[in-house]
Amino acid sequence: MSKKTIMLGNEAIARGAFEAGVKLSSAYPGTPSTEISEYLAKYEEVYTEWAPNEKVAAEVAIGASISGVRSLACMKHVGLNVASDPLYTFSYTGVNGGAVIVVADDPGLASSQNEQDTRMIARAAHVPVLEPSDSQEAKDFVKYGYELSEKYDTPVILRTTTKLAHSQSTVELCDRVEVEDKEYSRNLSKYVMMPASAIGRHLVVEDREKRMANDAAEFPVNKLEINDKKIGFITCGIAYQYVKEVCPNASILKFGLVNPISKKLVEDFVNQVETVYVFEELEPVIEEQVRAWGFDVKGKDLFTRQGEYSANMLRRVLFGADDAVFEKKEAPARPPILCPGCPHRSVFSVLNKLKIHASGDIGCYTLGAVAPLSVIDTTICMGASISALHGMEKGRGKDFIKNWVAVIGDSTFLHTGINSLINMVYNKATGTVMILDNRTTGMTGHQEHAATGKTLKGEDTYAIDLAALCRTVGVKNVIEVNSFDVKKLEEVVKASVNGDELTVIIAKSPCVLLKGQKFPNVCKVDPDTCRKCGACMKIGCPAMTRGEDGKVKIDATMCNGCGLCQNYCKFGAIKTVER
Amino acid sequence: MAMTKNIMIVGVGGQGTLLTSRIIGKAALSEGCDVKISEVHGMAQRGGSVVTFVRFGEKVNEPVVEEGQADVIISFERLEAQRYAHFLKKDGVLVVNDCRIDPITVVIGAKTYPENIIEELKKEHEVYAIDGQRIAIELGNSKVLNSVVLGYAASFIGFDKQTWLNTVASTVPAKTIEINEKAFLAGYNAEH
Repeated sequence: MSKKTIMLGNEAIARGAFEAGVKLSSAYPGTPSTEISEYLAKYEEVYTEWAPNEKVAAEVAIGASISGVRSLACMKHVGLNVASDPLYTFSYTGVNGGAVIVVADDPGLASSQNEQDTRMIARAAHVPVLEPSDSQEAKDFVKYGYELSEKYDTPVILRTTTKLAHSQSTVELCDRVEVEDKEYSRNLSKYVMMPASAIGRHLVVEDREKRMANDAAEFPVNKLEINDKKIGFITCGIAYQYVKEVCPNASILKFGLVNPISKKLVEDFVNQVETVYVFEELEPVIEEQVRAWGFDVKGKDLFTRQGEYSANMLRRVLFGADDAVFEKKEAPARPPILCPGCPHRSVFSVLNKLKIHASGDIGCYTLGAVAPLSVIDTTICMGASISALHGMEKGRGKDFIKNWVAVIGDSTFLHTGINSLINMVYNKATGTVMILDNRTTGMTGHQEHAATGKTLKGEDTYAIDLAALCRTVGVKNVIEVNSFDVKKLEEVVKASVNGDELTVIIAKSPCVLLKGQKFPNVCKVDPDTCRKCGACMKIGCPAMTRGEDGKVKIDATMCNGCGLCQNYCKFGAIKTVER
Repeated sequence: MAMTKNIMIVGVGGQGTLLTSRIIGKAALSEGCDVKISEVHGMAQRGGSVVTFVRFGEKVNEPVVEEGQADVIISFERLEAQRYAHFLKKDGVLVVNDCRIDPITVVIGAKTYPENIIEELKKEHEVYAIDGQRIAIELGNSKVLNSVVLGYAASFIGFDKQTWLNTVASTVPAKTIEINEKAFLAGYNAEH
């Protein structure tokens, strides 16, 4: 079969895994990697799952590899931090069935808390990295990754970036190749990483990396294009496309294997080309190695470490001007906001009213940091809300957190929040943890998790009871409340922050964007009763605006009828009516 | 097939800009072009400003359209047209769905929504505006707004009418093919 179609980078990665005969994939959602698992789940031949976090996902893939099948794990860049513990040692054990770990970097921070470069971790762990520059390569490189993995006995990272993951380009489809399961045999010196074995494996790792670096000059994923010898670029990934756009006649050394890089190719290239630029997004990973080998190149002295690159950015550096014709016009910013009817807004409206600070976490509810809700004070990483609140209490004493809570989503709580809660119980904390349970992994686009009762494949499964889980680890005070019951919420939050007992408040209400949610009602302002006081506007609902007469209007097409605004109108001017 | 064509679709999260970009990309593919489409995901889905790019031609390299390069910008909202108009080429065309969605900065009173956006944009650019929402509602389904606006913009992008209709039919859900075709034609035949 050969068919040309147009595919998202992430869809092409899934297709590559399918065609490569992958039997298992495990992942935790994270922008811009999430869709890989969703596309892969559609192939019956591949077992796919959501794991509670990336460490678990990587370990599941490791187990499958050791058992003898080709396996995949997918995550975003910060997910690799969580999975780096198994990664570093997986590098030592090597594989049985091939193993590829897809890691999606997010230069430009479309939806992340930092801009780290996965190639740095890969270098530290001595794991080879492939980096494609369009959807066709994404598919091809995944398949090539399994070849390399099995040939060199190593896990392989496929690094993508946001632009690649979320761009569509043409892809030629092939059939799936069923790969025979590798035989498993007990091998202590390879799979049991106690010191005596690991000492030996470290030598294997060093040797492997040297062999790969030597062989890489012949790898088909590295491309040497010699054209105009006056100007040349060493580049990789999506940055290659910007070079082709701006300097179609330049010479290019494009690395598909970005770790380890081939010294021979660099040498050949630099010796032929007059001026060489290293053009790579984020960290100067290639540049520093090239410079360390004694070659004179230009790089981060001209190009930033920050954000996404672009063709216009390259034009500005090379030619002093870009393609822009018109001046940019000022326009009021349109930042992302919580949706109309979002249960998080209700919780934040209460916390805002009570003047409570929140130790925050990673999810849609991070948007509660900005005006007008202005509740979240900190956001570090998955699970940090709970442990950071604990640190504040133990650092400054329990009175310091009398006007603080930790807020964390249901999926994030199961990811790494639970460990932090165990720590609070164990170390006699008195703080208040709020689990904002919207029955989904919201921010990444609604993925199932261990408390939703559905698997990635859509099958029914056991749904973890979050309240029971908290009680089991020793939290005596666990209170479940409807997120939209603002009266009850206010009552329990007040009692909890003022009390001396560790409390978990589970605020429950499904995400309004979840499939199957019905909104038969909308809210409507009675203009004769509205006093223009604006109290209802303080909840920051995008469905509400002021008319020219200063009275509040609610856009019926946007309103989901949650009724939160009604709680904040002293005059009873907002009614719920049938849509 | 000569130069690469650069199309931008801008709007507010939830307006269906993504579907529009996919239809344009599929139409180009069916005409034998190399195509790249780039989408914005993540936090921008939550009511934020959303941009997608479609580029097609003989060979397309970068997946995005940059400042000074857009042949056509389709904006599903007035303020977003103002925000991205500087991406147009010198003789680029701006197609605007004439509707207003207040950003949160306006809702909370920190900023005011600019007046006379379309009139101001016309001073510098070739602008075509259509009340797509009204037409969609007249057709009986406000959700076909995309198809109305796409139909209105189609002649600036290229391809013949039948290519567009075939692509719309093969992209939208089966139950909605007829109304989407009607919506496309309503935009296509509307006065420009």
